Amino acid sequence: MPVFYGTEVASPLMLGTAQYPSPAIMAEAFRAARAGIATVSLRREGGEGQDFHRLIKELGIPVLPNTAGCHSVREAVTTAQMARELFETPWIKLEVIRDDDTLCPDVIALVEAARLLSEDGFQVFPYCTEDLSVCGRLLDAGCQVLMPWGAPIGSGRGLNNPYGLRSLRAHFPDVPLVVDAGIGLPSHAAQAMELGYDAVLLNTAVAKAGDPVAMARAMALAIEAGQLAHGANPIEARDMAAPSTPLFGMAVLA
Amino acid sequence: MTAITILGAGVMGLCIATELAARGTTLPRIIDPAGKPGAQACSWRAGGMLAPYCEAESAEPVVLRLGLDAADWWQANGAEVVRRGTLVLAPSRDRTELDRFARLTQAHRPVNGDEIAALEPELAGRFPRGLHFATEAHLNPRAALLALRDRLEAQGVAIETEGTPAGLIVDARGLAARDQLPDLRGVRGEMLVIRCPEVTLTRTIRLLHPRIPLYLVPRGDGIYMIGATMLETGGKYRVTARSAVEMLSAAYALHPGFAEAEILELGSDARPAFPDNLPRLRRRGGTLYANGLYRHGYLLAPAVARMAADYLLEGRKPEFMDEDHP
Repeated sequence: MPVFYGTEVASPLMLGTAQYPSPAIMAEAFRAARAGIATVSLRREGGEGQDFHRLIKELGIPVLPNTAGCHSVREAVTTAQMARELFETPWIKLEVIRDDDTLCPDVIALVEAARLLSEDGFQVFPYCTEDLSVCGRLLDAGCQVLMPWGAPIGSGRGLNNPYGLRSLRAHFPDVPLVVDAGIGLPSHAAQAMELGYDAVLLNTAVAKAGDPVAMARAMALAIEAGQLAHGANPIEARDMAAPSTPLFGMAVLA
Repeated sequence: MTAITILGAGVMGLCIATELAARGTTLPRIIDPAGKPGAQACSWRAGGMLAPYCEAESAEPVVLRLGLDAADWWQANGAEVVRRGTLVLAPSRDRTELDRFARLTQAHRPVNGDEIAALEPELAGRFPRGLHFATEAHLNPRAALLALRDRLEAQGVAIETEGTPAGLIVDARGLAARDQLPDLRGVRGEMLVIRCPEVTLTRTIRLLHPRIPLYLVPRGDGIYMIGATMLETGGKYRVTARSAVEMLSAAYALHPGFAEAEILELGSDARPAFPDNLPRLRRRGGTLYANGLYRHGYLLAPAVARMAADYLLEGRKPEFMDEDHP
């Protein structure tokens, strides 16, 4: 199971807490998924939502607060500090957004915010692109986990750049890597795990599904399948057929 | 027959009082420190959509079933109900939102640009596709609450500002009942009211957007209520600049004429909700709590009021009795 900053979590599925039809359905989805981590947004769900925060704490799994909705280094740092107080955790999923339509990370500000927060004792989970140099800079800034996007947040497009994600895995074999955002279907989540990623973080695909609980379970099964497949050393794709049944001596059917 | 005292003159309290008075067995008392329906109640800032089919996009099926009779109930009880349906639209780049909404709801028909223009001429040429929920309705919440109040007064039920509750107490104080209902939470909503006689829209419009869904409810005389946000924060009653900008830009995306609108009101309030976002009747000692209408105040209050009256007058166990929804 994935280890983040020395803490082993119970499942490679990290699930967001926004946009569910109700907190009760959210809790049921978390149970169905047996998610390892719950992420929660401070800005959109607000620093004043004690009732909602209590419901999240009652899920009984580690909470990863995020800085969703922050557009500058300062905003992100302030939000992270609020999160640390509210949830009593050094963990912070760092999001600094450049553009509201694509929710594309502002990687320049991200690196700066990651450095400031790491120096301040935070354990930073940066939401980033799959760019190798950006990821290298984030590690230099003190991050010990990287969370590249699969596709823009909420788009459900799956892994837009499997080559880039594979390359990132190969470059940083010992850094915990999480595909964060863009997952729409269980097959997308399975693919991320097949690439050797340590975990998958998703929210919209489950919360906005017609049946969030069923989709949560489907995601958990896919992630488990992908993880098993990666560990099983899959065969390489090839151009020519390779018969799996010996043809010699096959019965002739009338 | 035991006396019944209702605490709270918001949509829940007034609907229960109306339902009890209609049964003729007993006239309830109503106590609310404000003395009349007003800004102290979150139902004062509601949209007033009677849109059970649209709500089913994110609400449990029971909300649809119990909400179907709401328009008839309100009309029978003196509210002016506008039955022109709901038009659901999406900007062309978000048309997949429309497909999703259509999959999750029923009782709609797809409409093309010409049909949209036939329904709402001002939207001609603006949206290529939409969904029309022909059987839905809307009302003006403030007028509806005042109509209930007037009818109750005419029947001899005046809202007392103070007094000692006697007999069985029906606690319909909304979020104020949190002191007794620890699992009740506030879900904040923000709204604005604009005057824009230049743009004529006659039915509820929902504009789908992945980040900023918007609904607009005509109040007549060029006045529109715009609502959007659902925030899990009970906290401060305020409208953030971000929400205001988002709501206004979404309105502008619906029709550029809204750029000239006069802003009459910016409001924010917290709606009472239980963890499953469904209402509850909960009996504790001599008190029946009626609460948790969430964002479905006008849609579900009639059904919950009927259940409360069935329980109080006939001892019939209501569908939403707490024990059934642990």
